[in-house]
Amino acid sequence: MAITVPRPNLNWRERMFLPAIAAGLAITIKHFKNMIFRRTKVTMEYPEEKWDPNLPDHYRGAPALVRDTDGRVRCVACQLCEFICPPRAIKIIPGEISKNDRFAKVEKYPNEFDIDMVRCIYCGMCEEVCPEQAIYLRKDYAITGFTREDMVHHKDKLLEIGGVMHGVVLKWNQKK
Amino acid sequence: MDYAFIGISFLKIVGLLAFVLGLMNYAVYAERRVSALMQDRLGPNRVGFAGLLQPIADAGKFLLKEQFTPAHVNKLYYFLAPCLAMMPAVITLSVLPFGSTLFGVPMVIADINVGILFIFAIASLGVYGIVLGGWASNSKYPFLGGVRSSSQMISYELSLGLAVIPVFLLVGNLRLTSVVQYQIDHGWLVAPFVGDWTNPVKWLLAIPMLISFVVFTIAILAETNRLPFDLPEAEQELAGGYHTEYASMKFGLFFLGEYIAMITGSGIITTLFLGGWHFPGIPDGSHGWIFGLINIAIFFAKVCALIFFMMWIRWTLPRFRWDQLMRLGWLFFFEIALVNIFLVAIILAYFKL
Repeated sequence: MAITVPRPNLNWRERMFLPAIAAGLAITIKHFKNMIFRRTKVTMEYPEEKWDPNLPDHYRGAPALVRDTDGRVRCVACQLCEFICPPRAIKIIPGEISKNDRFAKVEKYPNEFDIDMVRCIYCGMCEEVCPEQAIYLRKDYAITGFTREDMVHHKDKLLEIGGVMHGVVLKWNQKK
Repeated sequence: MDYAFIGISFLKIVGLLAFVLGLMNYAVYAERRVSALMQDRLGPNRVGFAGLLQPIADAGKFLLKEQFTPAHVNKLYYFLAPCLAMMPAVITLSVLPFGSTLFGVPMVIADINVGILFIFAIASLGVYGIVLGGWASNSKYPFLGGVRSSSQMISYELSLGLAVIPVFLLVGNLRLTSVVQYQIDHGWLVAPFVGDWTNPVKWLLAIPMLISFVVFTIAILAETNRLPFDLPEAEQELAGGYHTEYASMKFGLFFLGEYIAMITGSGIITTLFLGGWHFPGIPDGSHGWIFGLINIAIFFAKVCALIFFMMWIRWTLPRFRWDQLMRLGWLFFFEIALVNIFLVAIILAYFKL
């Protein structure tokens, strides 16, 4: 069924359109003036101004490995994150902890832990799946590099981003 | 033909062209900044101080891009169209008096006695560039752009031509320098504050002159394909219209032509209605070369103000629909301009001016 769109009947003043045009010009020049005198502030000029202090706690930036308060890398190389990772960005080569180490009962540690940041989609599944609370998505978001190799975060880089995590469960302490 | 005349003309041509090309580059920059500021954005502000080197970066980009020619185009017209789009705008500059005198040399390249006819004759050629570009591209959106451009040009050239007739009824001469001289003696046509401004007939004449000015300005907007009359380009409807199939410097020439046409159009409006290079209280170039330079600066300041006005209009008004544009051109501006001629003629005949 055809729908007839109602056309409003304009009076002669409205049909001249000139008052409407003048009003429109006044609006645009008002915006122009406010921008010139810096009364409007909308744009954040990115590299100079950043929103970083306002990032929420749940922000999903670059994934990183953390150490606990004893200085131990929390990762036990269980490779769950490697299996869950949707774009398969994580590659872990586990190593064995020597018998006379303080944390010998942990048995495994990540000998190599690479996250390919070209592939990473910042989904946070690695953080979610980790039984050891060893991998966290941090607030770093500007991950850049000149080559594909630059974009792979190795273990030391991941630990550097991650830092020390306080106040999480310490399940490998001697007493437990 | 003496050599001094040729040399001086050559210097004037080179100087004016270089200046206008620079002005055009910064008109593009200004367009981007002004549009951004009107929309609460910032616009290009990275290259150089406040983005002032952006035009150079743009030009470099245009020059270095690949000269890609689609396989399906008509080669001859395809290459001819960008030149045809740009040349009329540049040629029209030659008859505009852009300053009084500098070291005794009149600041107009060719002071011919058919000035405004020359402008209309050449400016109308601008449509060929667009139509040829649309036709040669052999693609439907450019073709539609070309068709729209030609019919738009027909609708608006009429009111453009008719709107200036009152001016020449008053001045009695088609030479553009005499139009400026008339305005120096009798006050600017839309604001007769100098000369015999106490004469009430002058103010009576200012009314039809204002009508002429408005119609002419709107027709110039249509002539230069600016919003609200940018139907040939219509980015949203025609994906760029006549220059869809163009890239690199060939597109650059279309773009250049559009902005130079803006400058030329503003120059014509300035010369005809806003007193040209004249500003009350400032003497002409015969009083010293510094005043000659100031006169040139005044002319280009007026041109820049009009260009800003065009940008202001552009970012305020939406594009007209096709039938609305036709109705406006044929049923309103044509009639208004026609009636205006009779109005001025009657005033002039009655008061024996």
